[in-house]
Amino acid sequence: MKFLSQLISGISLGSIYSLIALGYTMVYGIAKMLNFAHGDVIMIGGYVVYTACVTAGLPAAAGVLIAIVFCTVLGVAIERFAYKPLRSASSLAVLITAIGVSYLLQNVALLIFGSDTKSFSSVVSLEPVSLADGALVISGETIVTIIVSVIIMVALIVFINKTRPGKAMLAVSEDKGAAQLMGINVNGTIALTFAIGSGLAAVAGALLCSAYPALSPYTGAMPGIKAFVAAVFGGIGSIPGAMIGGILLGIIENLSKGYISSQLSDPIVFAVLIIVLLVKPTGLMGKKINEKV
Amino acid sequence: MSEKSAKSPLLKKKAALRPVTKKNLVTYLMVIVFFALFQTLSATGNLKFAYKSLLVPICTSVIMAVSLNLVVGVLGELSLGHAGFMCVGAYVGSFFSVLTEDIITVTWIRFTLAFIFAAVAASIAGVIIGVPVLRLKGDYLAIVTLAFGEIIKSLVNVLYIGKDSNGFHIAMDSAKLNMELDGMVIVKGPQGINGTPKDSTFFIGFILVMLTIFIVTNIMDSRTGRAIMSVRDNRIAAESVGINITKYKLIVFTISAAIAGCAGVLYSHNLTTLSANTNNFGYNMSIMILVYVVLGGLGNIRGSVIAAAVLYSLPELLRGFSKYRMLIYAIVLIVMMIVNNGSYFVKLKEKYSYKFYKKINSKKNGKEAV
Repeated sequence: MKFLSQLISGISLGSIYSLIALGYTMVYGIAKMLNFAHGDVIMIGGYVVYTACVTAGLPAAAGVLIAIVFCTVLGVAIERFAYKPLRSASSLAVLITAIGVSYLLQNVALLIFGSDTKSFSSVVSLEPVSLADGALVISGETIVTIIVSVIIMVALIVFINKTRPGKAMLAVSEDKGAAQLMGINVNGTIALTFAIGSGLAAVAGALLCSAYPALSPYTGAMPGIKAFVAAVFGGIGSIPGAMIGGILLGIIENLSKGYISSQLSDPIVFAVLIIVLLVKPTGLMGKKINEKV
Repeated sequence: MSEKSAKSPLLKKKAALRPVTKKNLVTYLMVIVFFALFQTLSATGNLKFAYKSLLVPICTSVIMAVSLNLVVGVLGELSLGHAGFMCVGAYVGSFFSVLTEDIITVTWIRFTLAFIFAAVAASIAGVIIGVPVLRLKGDYLAIVTLAFGEIIKSLVNVLYIGKDSNGFHIAMDSAKLNMELDGMVIVKGPQGINGTPKDSTFFIGFILVMLTIFIVTNIMDSRTGRAIMSVRDNRIAAESVGINITKYKLIVFTISAAIAGCAGVLYSHNLTTLSANTNNFGYNMSIMILVYVVLGGLGNIRGSVIAAAVLYSLPELLRGFSKYRMLIYAIVLIVMMIVNNGSYFVKLKEKYSYKFYKKINSKKNGKEAV
């Protein structure tokens, strides 16, 4: 029973990682950049929910909705002002700019909300479910996280494969130049990708802070790095890869916390990543690109 | 003919030396002037204590930046785990110093030995990380180095080492150390190492900076360095002319790790308590050093030195703005990257440098015509 409950909370944590990793992987696929500021968008999402629900006293659903809208606008604004001028620059220049944006978001949050940790009230009001005569208790947050993540992932897959903007995203990530020649608005598509990624980050922020109710300006950093690892784990640029990578990472982390040592869970996660990459250098679902001379 | 051939090696040597040594001399001179200036200022008591305590950390970050530049700028591989090597060096150096503080009483011998041990340990870590990493490319390599850095940081946080009459005890848990009563725990997990002798001075930092610049610039100007740069510029072409890519990548990783290990010793001997957290040995530190390297210019050693010194002291100099200093730092970083690399500004620069070039050219032509 302990194994099952660890597994379920691992899947729940993993689905949060997946939501964040999707933002990483979509942006990487389309703009070929590592968006280091993505983790901090989660933190901003958490603060918006906190402000709306705790300070302003709005219902939880409204708070989450406001956070999604806010983060979407924020993501597009970051792309417009920080990354767009660097579209043709080297990837390292964009990476450093992303780090700058990450510092900026953290310090804006620090100025507005202070460095003290805020206790976050859960956006989920579901009672814990008790199975097998109380041997297995699943919290409401876990259930809601898993359900919400599954819905979002299915919706995202349908959106990308069935709708025109989604197909445009696929085309741009395949070949930017050719997509432009086919009449696709490349800049618009990249902005849309950032919008979706940041919206997902807001949802992930609300879920993460509900499950682990402590909010500080540095809340987003570690989940951001973990999700980045998850995206690479699944093969960066691949959307199903990010989903599977995130969930696997969550399971590995929770099981090693439960059975080996809570302090060693991070090294174990990173070691698994290294081993996977050594066996399969482009991640689980990554495409192998042959180099031409 | 014979006269010519007797003359040519000398001529060649002169021609080959001139541009390179000139460039490096400026870097050395700059460091020496900086050192002389601040050493006299602090010796005559004209430097505030807050600034005085910055001097050794500045040296540490300069050494880190120069050694990372060897990997990122010269080899062209993005490494996000450089602080991990520093962590290995810091722990090994501190461990050695605490252990032998009573045995080796001559400070400089002990300190030199600490540097040597730390450099060896860090270079072993460099080889261990370098070998698997060589299979990977680009962002995958970056994430694996980040992962290695985090693993090192987490492992030293659960590491306990004690010494008693039975020898050393190493454990992952303080309860499992099984120490005798006369034992002393040296590495205490998350509390780290206590009581490292405060051996680091600005002078030693300066010597190390000079040594680092000397090693790195000499590698860059050697046959090895040219091979490394050819790997960066075109891996396939380099491979096809018979350059052993694995060997050169490993050389770079090992040397850069060893230097970072020495920076770790300098860092740890400037503190009384050494413990590993995200800000000193985690990815935050690695990223900060990467920022120095990129802003200083990839492959540009003098740039790394200046960027590391200025950017490290910037948040401290901005203390007057207290709350806003990191905000200003972030904005400066973004604006600098956009101005340096943004397509609009690059075009602007090209336009003006083209005009300037034309002006000079027309002047030259005019002279020739006269």
